[in-house]
Amino acid sequence: MTRKRLLILILWLAGLAVPAVAGEVFVAAAADLNFAMKEMIGPFEKQTGHRLRLSFGSSGNFYSQIVNGAPYDIFFSADVSYPRKLETAGMGEPGTLFLYARGQIVLWVPNRSTIDLAHQGMQALSDPSIRKVAVANPAHAPYGRAAVAAMEHFKIYETVRGKLVSGESALQAAQFVQSGAANIGIIPLSLASAPAMRQSGRYWTIPAEAYPKIEQGALILRQARKNGNLATAQAFREWVRSRQGRAILERYGFVLPEEGSR
Amino acid sequence: MISALNWLAIALTLRLAAVTSAILVALGLPIAYWITYSRRRWKFLVESVVALPLVLPPTVLGFYVLIAIGPNAFPGRMYERLMGHQLPFTFEGLVIASTLYSLPFAVQPFVAALDSVDRRLIEASWTLGVSRIGTFFRVVLPQSAYGVLTGVILSFAHTLGEFGVVLMVGGNIEGVTRTISIDIYDNVQSLNYASASTTSLVLLVFSFVVLSIVYALNRRIWAVGPEFRR
Repeated sequence: MTRKRLLILILWLAGLAVPAVAGEVFVAAAADLNFAMKEMIGPFEKQTGHRLRLSFGSSGNFYSQIVNGAPYDIFFSADVSYPRKLETAGMGEPGTLFLYARGQIVLWVPNRSTIDLAHQGMQALSDPSIRKVAVANPAHAPYGRAAVAAMEHFKIYETVRGKLVSGESALQAAQFVQSGAANIGIIPLSLASAPAMRQSGRYWTIPAEAYPKIEQGALILRQARKNGNLATAQAFREWVRSRQGRAILERYGFVLPEEGSR
Repeated sequence: MISALNWLAIALTLRLAAVTSAILVALGLPIAYWITYSRRRWKFLVESVVALPLVLPPTVLGFYVLIAIGPNAFPGRMYERLMGHQLPFTFEGLVIASTLYSLPFAVQPFVAALDSVDRRLIEASWTLGVSRIGTFFRVVLPQSAYGVLTGVILSFAHTLGEFGVVLMVGGNIEGVTRTISIDIYDNVQSLNYASASTTSLVLLVFSFVVLSIVYALNRRIWAVGPEFRR
């Protein structure tokens, strides 16, 4: 190895040879957006030439990471309360908070399950054949809180409680039940609408009055300005609100805010 | 099959493992040297601290590192003042966490290797007027090369497979802190089983190869002198 090559290797190792690509925006997205968001970035990147880097997790986790200095440019939360708190704390770009969708929750069972969702509804959860019920962790996942609220609404929370297994996010809860590790799950409609989930199971939409509205909000973070990504983050914000973005969200079962509303 | 691999994550993980191993050589050799030759009574305490990551839950280590390098602790504040940005959720933060986490995987083989060097050779070197540093590089290190190599390989492999600490300190950011094992976790969660199994297979084969190399090195089947070679 020549000395020059060795030097390049050392620089690469030290991370100096990999300059940050301009216009590369870091997106923190709630786990329920997993499939919808992945479908959005393709056309957005093609049309604008920008690059997005996606991270998925529970909104509560992202909130605490952002408070601790995580370098995300834009945060799509499953619950508008987290971006609101960030905005109040001065960690957001003023005036960029927006509602992009309202989420819904469903009961989901794998194909081979004997549960008749249409007839049993929420009572399916207390069916003797059900041993494990997957939900997102209510401590830091808004969809987990909605699931608990719905069970309380139908007065079955106390009986189901001992059967709950909580995923780190709504996405993990979906994976638990899709893989058959849990018999039934309370998961976002947006995940149940994904092709992989449609193929392997069926769902029943939980009535909206059973749980508080899941208002999903997003915020451009102050980091974006610091990283020089403010314009790109804003472009993506507009794209999500555009007709194309809305069409994708709609396909994944989100209820959309009025067009042009903030 | 190849397209299912996340090359960004692989490159990042290899870089993390390489940097961590390099730091562990620089940091681990002096520690190992001290442990091997020191006669202090409280040596066992240092040995325990070095071995801690073997038994400590990754979440405990991750938690402490996250707090220590965060903006509210002295080390984190100093770093921010010097470098202008914070450590958590960055590559540098991962390097710090990995170095701590893989410390015993480097230091323990180093100690075993240094310990096996014949003291008479070292003393002979000193008697001939070679300095301690000179003796270390010209007598001790060549004699314990295989053990040092074992430590480097083990710490490299261990860093590749690290999960809990990376998740806590790194926060799963693509191209910055999303390592191979986190990528597998993401793929399983996203029901992308094909991709998860390909990547897992690569890691499985790699780990097997690494361990085979380590055991081969320690058997010294290649260590016969040239005059004995057929």
